[in-house]
Amino acid sequence: MTALGDLVRWLSDPANWQGSHGIPVRVLEHIELSGFSVLVALVIAMPIALYLGHTGRAGFIAINVANIGRALPSLALLAFGLVIAISLGLGLGFWPTVFALVPLAIPPIVTNAYVAIREVDRDIVEAARGMGLSEGQILRSIEIPLGLPVILSGIRTAAVNVVATATLGALVAGGALGRFIVDGLALQEYDQLMAGALLVALLAVATEVSFGALERATVPAGMRVVR
Amino acid sequence: MAERAGATVELREVTKRYGDTVAVDRLSFTVPAGRICVLVGPSGCGKTTSLRMVNRLIEPSSGEILIDGQNVLADDPTQLRRRIGYVIQQTGLFPHQTVAENIATVPRLLGWPKERIQARVDELMKLIGLDPERMRRRYPAQLSGGERQRVGVARAMAAEPPLMLMDEPFAAVDPIVRERLQNEFLRLQRAQGITVIFVTHDIDEAIKLGDRVAVMRLGHLVQYAPPAELLAHPADDFVAQFVGSDRGLKRLSLLTVGGVELAPVDRAKLDGAPVLPSSMSLRDALAVMLSSEAQEAPVMDGDRYLGALSLQQIGRILRVDEPA
Repeated sequence: MTALGDLVRWLSDPANWQGSHGIPVRVLEHIELSGFSVLVALVIAMPIALYLGHTGRAGFIAINVANIGRALPSLALLAFGLVIAISLGLGLGFWPTVFALVPLAIPPIVTNAYVAIREVDRDIVEAARGMGLSEGQILRSIEIPLGLPVILSGIRTAAVNVVATATLGALVAGGALGRFIVDGLALQEYDQLMAGALLVALLAVATEVSFGALERATVPAGMRVVR
Repeated sequence: MAERAGATVELREVTKRYGDTVAVDRLSFTVPAGRICVLVGPSGCGKTTSLRMVNRLIEPSSGEILIDGQNVLADDPTQLRRRIGYVIQQTGLFPHQTVAENIATVPRLLGWPKERIQARVDELMKLIGLDPERMRRRYPAQLSGGERQRVGVARAMAAEPPLMLMDEPFAAVDPIVRERLQNEFLRLQRAQGITVIFVTHDIDEAIKLGDRVAVMRLGHLVQYAPPAELLAHPADDFVAQFVGSDRGLKRLSLLTVGGVELAPVDRAKLDGAPVLPSSMSLRDALAVMLSSEAQEAPVMDGDRYLGALSLQQIGRILRVDEPA
């Protein structure tokens, strides 16, 4: 029980809530790092996934290529990211971590967005095309609204993975909540270590819950009605 | 509503090949303006492929399709489709849009002003028998199968197209609703004067709705004729079989009592016989006469005697049909 007592004591120490090494700053750093990584992954993955989903082309290949990202160990990516970032003069910390996180975020986004678009009833899409909607209009006003909950669930998976993995950034001198874990380990300050782990877990759960709510809110009105 | 002229549609040697298979082989026919042409045949005969070539959801391999003399292949497909109504079996209604939004699809694409769209939506909803006030904001999932089909038809008619393509639009509803939808559709089509190309695998539906019926088999057009002609003179054994062994009776349902040659009225014989209105179909007249055991029945147009119809006369009409 002393461990738990230590944890509570550490968390209730006002010193740990202040300054550039305090909990609020680290949480914000964590959100910033994760959010930016997911955003980059979205910008890369979404257009490709939507295009492939709409045309039905090469979906098998796209999903398999995306899944390679899942197979790559994040620690290895971090090492690569470090080398790339340093050679581009982007420094330590933030950028190497982003390079490691983006490949982690891409697979669920691609897979879900592709499937979301493919799963839209082909009769509905054919009717839309037959009435003279352009391909872009079909995607924008039919396929994306109908597939939105599934698309968002992919982004949710990506975001939760990224939030959980962003702790690695501390290994390459980054900030964020990983700092508490890495420093806690190095200094054998287990109260700090546990607090870091707890905060990351809470943030991941919060991400999961808020995206879940967003998914439910985006189910199109006509699909929610009781028959 | 103003009388609108439908378009004349002409297919010339239209062919669709998929690799080595020929799905539609040199299909040629003309649909006069304001008429319903029904493509009918067993599954895989190429009827749906033919329909979908008209609005270029499928590109023909060769041949020409002319709408009012204009080759559709010269047009931008998206622009072309906005001028052609399109209805499919599962309606393809957009589940995330209300009834009003669904009906407004093409007018919105064409950039009609808001007031005009709303007026048109209300007009169409009344035409298909849905109360705009009550139903406008409903979603497709809240409608019955028949209502969904009606909305599908209204949506296709919204921008006043001169041509509508319908792919088994009434196949997914039960027989009673189907019959009602068919009658409503005929009324609407006559009122609006739209040309229609209609695909079905149901020969009875083809005979009921078609001004012309195109019987297809294995990608070929086997016969193209008005329904009565099809029933009286099937082009070959396939058509004869396809229209059914009861084709004589089917033909009777296309003829009215007033439209056949009648015998002079012999009042003595007609005592107690049922009186037939001249607009009654021969098939119904036959049923009435058989059930009342009358050999002859007087035909009346309002309060005027036109003559007498006899069972022998009906028999003669039936025998005319028999292939030589």
